[in-house]
Amino acid sequence: MSGGCDTLTEKLAVGARLVFSEACRLWDLDLLELGNWADRVRFRLNPEPRVTYVIDRNINYTNICVSACRFCAFFRSPGAAGGYVLDWDVLSAKLSELKDHGGSGVLLQGGLNPDLPLSYYLELVSFIKNSGLAVHGFSPPEIFFLAEQTGLSLTDLIRRLMNAGLSSIPGGGAEILVDRVRRQVSPNKCGSSQWLEVMAAAHRQGLKTSATMMFGHLETRAERVEHLFRIRDLQDDTGGFTAFIPWTYQPGGTDLKGETKGAVEYLKTLAISRLVLDNVPHLQVSWVTQGPKVAQVALKFGADDFGSTMLEENVVAATGVGFRLQREEIETLIRQAGYEPQVRDHRYHLLPE
Amino acid sequence: MNMPGIQDPALQPIYEKVAAKQRLSREDGYTLFGSFDLLGVGRLAQMVRERLHGNKAYYIYNQHINYSNICVNGCKFCAFGRKAGEAGAYEMSLPEIFIKVEERAHEPITEIHIVGGCHPDLPFTYYLDMLKGIKARRPEVHLQAFTAVEVAHLAQKAEMSVADTLSALKDAGLGSLPGGGAEVFSPRVRSSLCPEKLSPEGWVEVAQAAHRLDLNTNATMLYGHMESVAERVDHLVRLREAQDETGGFLAFIPLAFHPANTGLSELTGPSAIDDLKTLAISRLMLDNFPHIKAFWVMLGPKLSQISLCFGVDDVDGTVMEERITHMAGAQTPQGLTRTQLQAMIREAGCEPVERDTLYRVIAA
Repeated sequence: MSGGCDTLTEKLAVGARLVFSEACRLWDLDLLELGNWADRVRFRLNPEPRVTYVIDRNINYTNICVSACRFCAFFRSPGAAGGYVLDWDVLSAKLSELKDHGGSGVLLQGGLNPDLPLSYYLELVSFIKNSGLAVHGFSPPEIFFLAEQTGLSLTDLIRRLMNAGLSSIPGGGAEILVDRVRRQVSPNKCGSSQWLEVMAAAHRQGLKTSATMMFGHLETRAERVEHLFRIRDLQDDTGGFTAFIPWTYQPGGTDLKGETKGAVEYLKTLAISRLVLDNVPHLQVSWVTQGPKVAQVALKFGADDFGSTMLEENVVAATGVGFRLQREEIETLIRQAGYEPQVRDHRYHLLPE
Repeated sequence: MNMPGIQDPALQPIYEKVAAKQRLSREDGYTLFGSFDLLGVGRLAQMVRERLHGNKAYYIYNQHINYSNICVNGCKFCAFGRKAGEAGAYEMSLPEIFIKVEERAHEPITEIHIVGGCHPDLPFTYYLDMLKGIKARRPEVHLQAFTAVEVAHLAQKAEMSVADTLSALKDAGLGSLPGGGAEVFSPRVRSSLCPEKLSPEGWVEVAQAAHRLDLNTNATMLYGHMESVAERVDHLVRLREAQDETGGFLAFIPLAFHPANTGLSELTGPSAIDDLKTLAISRLMLDNFPHIKAFWVMLGPKLSQISLCFGVDDVDGTVMEERITHMAGAQTPQGLTRTQLQAMIREAGCEPVERDTLYRVIAA
């Protein structure tokens, strides 16, 4: 065995921070070894044998989007058939349903719709907030787009959304934070630096956010590691990321096509995320893309969070992948893996039963 | 010396036994099932798997034919079986079976896998003519047909000994027996779930009679319903003892119970963690079985891929038109292409090897 490899093993054994070249070499380790190291980091950062999840629902307020990302099967271009903006009665009914399920908040995301003014967004946020639910809303591409539309600075826009009731930002739209990849898969969407700028502006105002990575399309494994490093670097500055959520590209119905990555690649990527992101507290499984079985196994590969109940999921479902889980099923999956389920909110605060 | 990658100290003595190639005891089996350390158990199974097969993972280009679901047994865990005349009951005529074979005559199929119910009325000649007719159409294809349960049923119907029944089937073209119908050997479980079915002793007797006639067989265990850990371990130990005597088992295939549409639909079926542990522990306990197979139709392609890192060396085959598990609600596809199987194996870090039924390598 080479000296370099021993050094990597030694660093993993003591939990030392990995440099880029070391992180790239993690791909050479076998699945079980990666899982074992990742599990140690998981218990160092989250020593309790519990797995958290949030009772929420997805609300996609519009599918009209100018971005036309090649991996997306959800959007409709402005003027195209099938485009919608959710009407208030439907929204209201969705909120009531969530409250009946004991939900704490809404994951609110939509397309980059050029016809919606700032007042719409502010009204949407305060409407949900006033119904007694937290708003985990607007991924960085939406915020960046709205800042451009309104001419407001990111900081001012985020402040106004916070004043309207926004309580945290989901980490969507990150895809791969490498512009070579973004130019090919989502050329009309904000670039990687801009995505990070939005998150930095949010963190600096005390707004917590998550971060995601959609992998398994045109990126290399080294570019996945680059993505992780950009998140880790910003987290060193701001400390505002709560959780990281990697998930696999789903090709059904998209322009980009191709095959989805398998479960072993998913688990390896998950474990490597845990090992690189030593400063992000939580790691979330993606049962929506992996299904309940792999999601359960993922709890042994560094993850400590089972995501959310969702109630509805439209974006991944548009690719033809349609896993659904009830709250009771989530709890059973967690218990079978040997952990105690624990409800949290979107800011990862634990909630009483 | 401590084995890296094992967190549970209770696994340490088992690690030492595995490293020394010693046989594991029943108590070791209980310890393995009781361990929280899924990855540690997997690591031990990988030691055995790598010793036997390196990083090779086998698959087969096969066709499944489920000739009839009419069955006298009425096992509670089954969604496939129907009584004669019941809604959904079917039996394929010989010409229908031959059409299924002819439809795929252009494909490089090396095995046809034939399983059905214990039919009350079909004559023994139906089975013999089925084998002969398929062989006449595809002489090069290996016929893996009729579980021990079906064979015992045929022997009884034909009023012949098990050995004579198997000889007649062999003369008609039978190449080997699939491993189904073993369920769990525990009398407690069987009296509750499948009281009419062939006994464990009868199942082992058929398998061993086949071995003595130079017919290989597989073995299975249906798990995740009402059996205990001790009953699983006992099942594995009984198979290991039978293999010591006759040596004809090729592969062991743990079958995850699928509850939908069965008499046990209130159950949830085994968890993914249980699936992986059971596969890994099978690899560790069955030291005299060459192969451990993950049947992807039951586990799903994703979990089957992961299982290649937990002691499994075989993912079965292309299949197409599997009915038994799909009638129990399996959401898996009807078939996988060779390319999909190869990609799935490669992504797990293994080398895909196409095999025939007897695990002879098919040249690419």
